[in-house]
Amino acid sequence: MNYLEQVTYMKPEMLLLAQVVLLILLDLFSGKTIKKQFDNIACGLFIVCSVISALPANTGEAFGGMFTTTSMTQIVKVILNLGTILVFLQARVWANNEQTKHKRSEIYILTLSTLMGMNLMISAGHFLLFYLGLELASLPLTTLIAYNKYEETSIEAGAKFVLIAAFSSGMMLFGISLFYGAVGAEGLYFDSMSKLLSATPLQLLALVFFLSGLAFKISLVPFHLWTADVYQGAPTNVSAYLSVISKGAAVFALMFLTLKLFGNIFEYWQYIVAALIVLTITVGNLFAMRQTNVKRFLGFSSISQAGYIMLGMMGIGTGDPMGMTSVVFYLLVYLVSNIGIFAVVSVIENNSNKLTISDYNGLYKTNPYLSIAMMLFLFSLGGIPPFAGFFSKFFVFMSAANDGWYVLDFIALINTVISLYYYLLIVKAMFINENENPIAAIKTDGASKIGLAVCLAGTLALGVFSGVYTGLSQFAY
Amino acid sequence: MDTNLLIALIILLIPAFNFLLLGLCGVKMSHKTAGVIGTTGLGIVTILSYVSAFNYFLGYGKVDGVYKALSGSFQWLSFSDTLHIDLGLYLDPISVMMLVVISTVSFMVHLYSNGYMHGERGFQRYYAFLSLFTFSMLGLVVATNIFQMYIFWELVGVSSYLLIGFYYTKASAVLAAKKAFIVTRFADLGMLLGILVLSFYTDTFDFDTLNSTGFQESLKSVGATFMGASVFTWATALIFIGGAGKSAMLPLHIWLPDAMEGPTPVSALIHAATMVVAGVFLVARLFPFYFNMTPEVLTGIAYIGALTSLYAAVVACAQTDIKRVLAFSTISQIAYMMVALGVSKLGGHDGLGYMASMFHLFTHAFFKACLFLCAGAVIHTIGSNEMDKMGSLRKYMPITHITFLIACLAIAGIPPFSGFFSKDEILVAAFEEDKVLFFCQWFVAGLTAFYMFRLYYGIFWGENKNYGEHTPHEAPLNMTLPLIILAALTCFTGFLPFSELVTSDGKAFEIHTEWIVAIPSVLVGVIGIAVATLMYKNKSTVPDKITSSIKGFYVAAKNRFYFDEVYMFVTKKIIFKAICGPIAWFDRHIIDGFMDFQAWWSNALSFRIRGFQSGSMQTYIGVFITSILVISAIIIAYVLI
Repeated sequence: MNYLEQVTYMKPEMLLLAQVVLLILLDLFSGKTIKKQFDNIACGLFIVCSVISALPANTGEAFGGMFTTTSMTQIVKVILNLGTILVFLQARVWANNEQTKHKRSEIYILTLSTLMGMNLMISAGHFLLFYLGLELASLPLTTLIAYNKYEETSIEAGAKFVLIAAFSSGMMLFGISLFYGAVGAEGLYFDSMSKLLSATPLQLLALVFFLSGLAFKISLVPFHLWTADVYQGAPTNVSAYLSVISKGAAVFALMFLTLKLFGNIFEYWQYIVAALIVLTITVGNLFAMRQTNVKRFLGFSSISQAGYIMLGMMGIGTGDPMGMTSVVFYLLVYLVSNIGIFAVVSVIENNSNKLTISDYNGLYKTNPYLSIAMMLFLFSLGGIPPFAGFFSKFFVFMSAANDGWYVLDFIALINTVISLYYYLLIVKAMFINENENPIAAIKTDGASKIGLAVCLAGTLALGVFSGVYTGLSQFAY
Repeated sequence: MDTNLLIALIILLIPAFNFLLLGLCGVKMSHKTAGVIGTTGLGIVTILSYVSAFNYFLGYGKVDGVYKALSGSFQWLSFSDTLHIDLGLYLDPISVMMLVVISTVSFMVHLYSNGYMHGERGFQRYYAFLSLFTFSMLGLVVATNIFQMYIFWELVGVSSYLLIGFYYTKASAVLAAKKAFIVTRFADLGMLLGILVLSFYTDTFDFDTLNSTGFQESLKSVGATFMGASVFTWATALIFIGGAGKSAMLPLHIWLPDAMEGPTPVSALIHAATMVVAGVFLVARLFPFYFNMTPEVLTGIAYIGALTSLYAAVVACAQTDIKRVLAFSTISQIAYMMVALGVSKLGGHDGLGYMASMFHLFTHAFFKACLFLCAGAVIHTIGSNEMDKMGSLRKYMPITHITFLIACLAIAGIPPFSGFFSKDEILVAAFEEDKVLFFCQWFVAGLTAFYMFRLYYGIFWGENKNYGEHTPHEAPLNMTLPLIILAALTCFTGFLPFSELVTSDGKAFEIHTEWIVAIPSVLVGVIGIAVATLMYKNKSTVPDKITSSIKGFYVAAKNRFYFDEVYMFVTKKIIFKAICGPIAWFDRHIIDGFMDFQAWWSNALSFRIRGFQSGSMQTYIGVFITSILVISAIIIAYVLI
């Protein structure tokens, strides 16, 4: 197999790279007319490239096992692309405001760079590539978080993120070095390393250090403390990206790592994962209940959602195909619902600069459509049938129950009630609470409307059409 | 896709589309537009139904002298490799016949409602619901499998609920709607259980598979029993309970008389001609299965039918509300169809009961719809349902009078009207199978003639009431036209060669006139009419004397033998107190208490731990590294120990 052929295995990554380069060149050398259309060009290009990378391609190993693709990696990459498109759509107004207009191209370039990093994490077959992907996914994100550089909150969030990301990278690298120390030179690639793992204390120590890095990205308790601060400070659309794409990519990476590498020692760390799930769901919920800022609230809600996603992970460790299907399906549903919520929040923020939950009082009277959309997304996140969120929760519960995690399911189930409480608080604010001075009627911009329509369609349809889930299940393993 | 299936699909889609159109955009339309849209849609459906009946019976349906079913479906939900729910269309003699019945009566009712509901508030909503009902009923009859049928079965129940409660500001209408929904829903629970049991043991929902002889043979090896009866007996009996609920068989009939609170055209469509025969249709649809696998259930159906028809006929004699008389007469006539199915055998002339049942379903739909619509015209002009507010209306409403008379003669079984032919076949079938049932049904035929003519004389003859300033008047053309059409159908549908078209095995057979049955059946009808004429044509004291001589029985019949009271006692005193009470307590204290507890602890805990989220990086990193160390310690301890 020559190198050129091996490169075709990396089609999504290569396309992203090409886009980044093209966009940089365009930004540097193009004239005014093209610059004016930069948003449209970037989005259009990305959509076209996403479609191309969604087309079926070679699967297998490339570069001697450094890079692996399967049908499922293709699918999750498409899902991440879809989410990024939705984020781009809602970021249009933010990208073009007074303060950031002159450098808006950076939003697209940086975002696509992180996306490429995430893709590499997902497909990595070696810790080196994995780590490169992780850093590529983290560093540009810092810039994005600190993007509103005249706002202190944004700078603070960026600083916090870069510090804690650096720290967690350090932990992870330490874990990786312990791994190599434990298995020696025969286990450079995941393939060969997995055969050498036998749950010695050193290996488990390595595992814990390594996984803490991923747990940080997924924001599992107790590695979650940065989440709310960063979500609150970052520009809203970047928070959306963090809460869905960045988190989703980390989940997918963990999923494929478990499959490729840690599966056969899963029995040694499964109780740790279970404990983290319980902690994550409960603590996320308990904090979400008391929040007054919408973005901070969504930060905690996304922490507790991460716990539910990890429920499906219990099945992956034991090699149950349902685990993988339920995780991917949960993320897909979470993606449309959560990005939808962020889209509504971003529209409201762009028009009124209001971000506390009490500002949403009486929103239904002035903005009925936005309120109804928001309500449906919240219902979906809360898991109310017949919206997609109900089905995705149902499947992760099923998958955990399949492997005998009944107590875990029960605790998660109790927590859904709590989560319902705080999701409904917002619905109550919008529909029931009186407000003398509600947010004025808002004219939503076209791009956000398209994004919202896609999210709504997904929220309503993904669960009801059973084909999506069964379709996914055909590609698990 | 096959053209004939395509036509059937269009037949289904038009009312569904009309429902959405009228339901979503109706508020913005004028009454007239809504009426025109609804009626035109149904007109097209009717024409297409006739086309598909014509094509089926005279064209593609007959293969080598046998009517075969045409079906097409796609898989909707699959449970296992063999068990899956399909959605599809199934055209065979009975479903095509039902298409004709439903679309015709529904079209008449749509037309008639333009006049009857004129100026009524919620006119568009009314038409939207009518379309929903028509769609559901059409979907029910063309279902390819019992689960699809169940879905439409429930949709029919919902639309019936919505239409009974159409006057939702009227308390009695709301109560009646609730009662109808709860009673039929309760019966449907039986049906659902039956379907589950059946599909569990047969691994299929398909009518075609269930009814095929080879498949039934293979089921004979299933020896599972429950409480002494085979599982199939349980399944078919439970399924019949669903049918009995919709078709108002004893003792699940109590909702139908109350359902008369709905607008009269609705009663004509749903509670006389179409929905209430769904139970009969259900048994007919599964008839080969019933007959081959569980003949004992069929016998049970026959006796329940006979009892119901006798009961309803007796009660009908004592009612004074004209719609209630018609309601009980409907119960009685549907019970006739059940009896006919119950005594039927499979194949050729042995399947006479099956054919007679379907025949009676067909003829009954038209004459009963006609009776109801006539009653509607009378109520429309008088403003009351009570018989003693009416009298000698024949002078004011000649068309209504004549059409009502024709329909009365049909239901009384007087030749040459349609009811005579179908009822006669039922009596012949009963006569050949079971003499007790025959005498029962024969007696009920006499009673039918009696109470129908009591009603007829009460409305159109008798003394001239003082109507005050509002002199009764004939209904407008859009109401009388349906009456005339239905009366005309009543006159000639009896001559249709049903034994060549709709039979238990699809093969045509010869019917012979059994004089030994035909003569007594006409005779008893004539006697019934004669007695009614003597008693009610002119004012006489005879009825009062008779009622006072059998006072206790009369009062009991007037109060429908206290069925409602028994139900009230059972539900209020026994179920509510003994069962629901403790459950409510459990709910309020244990379930709610648990939830309150959850709210309490989560609130308290979240208050306590809020300090962790301090915003200081040092703390965050401290927690991070401590967690790693703790987890490592635990996991290593776990491996080492």
